[in-house]
Amino acid sequence: MDSTPVGDRLYQGVTTAFALIIPALLLFIAWEVLRGAWPALRHFGFSFYATSEWDDVNGRFGAAPAVFGTVVSSILALIIATPLAVGVAIFLSEFAPRWLRQPIAFLVDLLAAIPSVVYGLWGIIVLVPFLRESVMSFIRDTLHLGGLPLFSGPAYGPSMLAAGCILAIMILPYISAVTREVLMAVPRSQREAALALGATRWEMIWDAVLPYARSGIIGGVILGLGRALGETMAVTMVIGNRHEISASLFAPGYTMASVIANEFSEATNEIHVSALMAVGFGLLVVTIIVNAIARWLVWRTARGPAGAP
Amino acid sequence: MTAATARPRAEAVSSHRELLAKRARQTRGRRRVVNYVMVSASYLSAAVVALPLILILVYLIKQGASSVGWSFFTQPPVPAGEPGGGMANAMVGTLILVAIASLVGLPIGIGAGLFLAEQRGTRTANAVRFLSDVLNGLPSIVIGIFAWQVLVRPLHHYSALAGGLALGAMMIPLVTRATEEMTRVVPTSLREAALALGYTKWRTSLSVVLRTALPGIVTGALVAVARVAGETAPLIFTAFGNQFWSFSPFKPIAALPMSIYSYAISPYDDWHRQAWAGALVLLALVFIISLAARFATRARYGLGGD
Repeated sequence: MDSTPVGDRLYQGVTTAFALIIPALLLFIAWEVLRGAWPALRHFGFSFYATSEWDDVNGRFGAAPAVFGTVVSSILALIIATPLAVGVAIFLSEFAPRWLRQPIAFLVDLLAAIPSVVYGLWGIIVLVPFLRESVMSFIRDTLHLGGLPLFSGPAYGPSMLAAGCILAIMILPYISAVTREVLMAVPRSQREAALALGATRWEMIWDAVLPYARSGIIGGVILGLGRALGETMAVTMVIGNRHEISASLFAPGYTMASVIANEFSEATNEIHVSALMAVGFGLLVVTIIVNAIARWLVWRTARGPAGAP
Repeated sequence: MTAATARPRAEAVSSHRELLAKRARQTRGRRRVVNYVMVSASYLSAAVVALPLILILVYLIKQGASSVGWSFFTQPPVPAGEPGGGMANAMVGTLILVAIASLVGLPIGIGAGLFLAEQRGTRTANAVRFLSDVLNGLPSIVIGIFAWQVLVRPLHHYSALAGGLALGAMMIPLVTRATEEMTRVVPTSLREAALALGYTKWRTSLSVVLRTALPGIVTGALVAVARVAGETAPLIFTAFGNQFWSFSPFKPIAALPMSIYSYAISPYDDWHRQAWAGALVLLALVFIISLAARFATRARYGLGGD
């Protein structure tokens, strides 16, 4: 150790310092957001996340509608995006001719590179009117499903449904990229064995490839969930921004991220700011947990077969 | 056994065989249909995914191209109702914000990435890698309120610096992971050759490993820049936006994504057109950077010659 040249020790010290900035920054972020949220958390307790009153004049706040909206819009997005993303990943790893692989993968990557605000703009001007005039009236008048609570109430356009759709488009590339990666990691022998037993190509995928890649795919889906939970601008622009819990997908709502984006710069009093910080702190905790689970699952699959498939 | 009893048995056996064969045919048919349906579904999903991208691009180009003119690149915005005006100040603002972010994000990210490459497999390295992924997964809006709490609240005014630093914090994990990935593909033999020639570890790391991986790191840095250049959420209560020209890091500054946001949620058709134009310019910027990143990677493979 003593014979280590000064330069080496200095170099190691500097890179270590840079590396340690990352945990320090993470702690600092969590600490500062918690500090900002503290007045509200102390005042309202943890029932803050379970009550639904949001009255900035009288200073009474509850984040339940935002929590509800975040959960519902994200789940809706996963329901729409997961089958499509897995389908694209299967197409790219199993069926696509070589010349088509690169362009489609590039297109999917581009989808991930489009800024959130551009999705939001497209959402406001194209998607929301389309949903209002075509999809919502189709469900109501052609399928006669207006009686279901899920599709009841007036259809203005900005809605939970719109938020779910735009989120689905946005998280799709993430899920599909991870899924493609884990599908590529499935050994050839696994596929060849299934084909040798007389399986059709689909049976090969369903019985030999997907079980092997299962936990990695679930990891990718949870990674997408993490993105969906924290996605801000596009959702703020199409969800309608209203503090209400409604069973209807056609009704406007709020998400944790969009309530912050929409109200933070207009928050007038201390407790309002602190309540928004508390929403942010809840979001921070949830996304850390979700991401940790996702990383662990992907890492486990990348290392090899995950237990008995 | 007499022939009389043998015949019906043989018939029974053959009819049983036929039944089995028929079932096998049916199963095979069903399997074939399922295979056909699912494979088509996979093809279809590729088409369905390509659809929104094409729709967005077509709309963007159609709506944006008609509003992008010379004045869009040279003029600051004008009040609603007046003709003309552009987003020149917002474009410059985005450049300034990204420059501040890069000043912070690149050195820290590259340094941390080199650390991960050198200390591969150690406990600290694994922990740092994991936490950098966690940091990368934090919602940008959370970074925004953090920057507000630390840099805006105590100083009582919005500033370009606060916005740039918020973007810089988002860049760190992106650059760290890119640097690590790219140094990982540098062959061990190269490293060993340098050490055998008597290079010290730090010279090896900087002049051999970093230099070999440089094009890849440039790619990663460009991808990170493209990503933060399009961010809105961390800026709305740090950089805040500005109707006028501003070049000072200590004053509120405009940024392209923020201008698009405020124009998009306005009720004026004229402003919607401006928003489309802004979105077209922003997307062009992001795509050009992404393409440049691809070329940087290609150059690396070209030079590698392995």
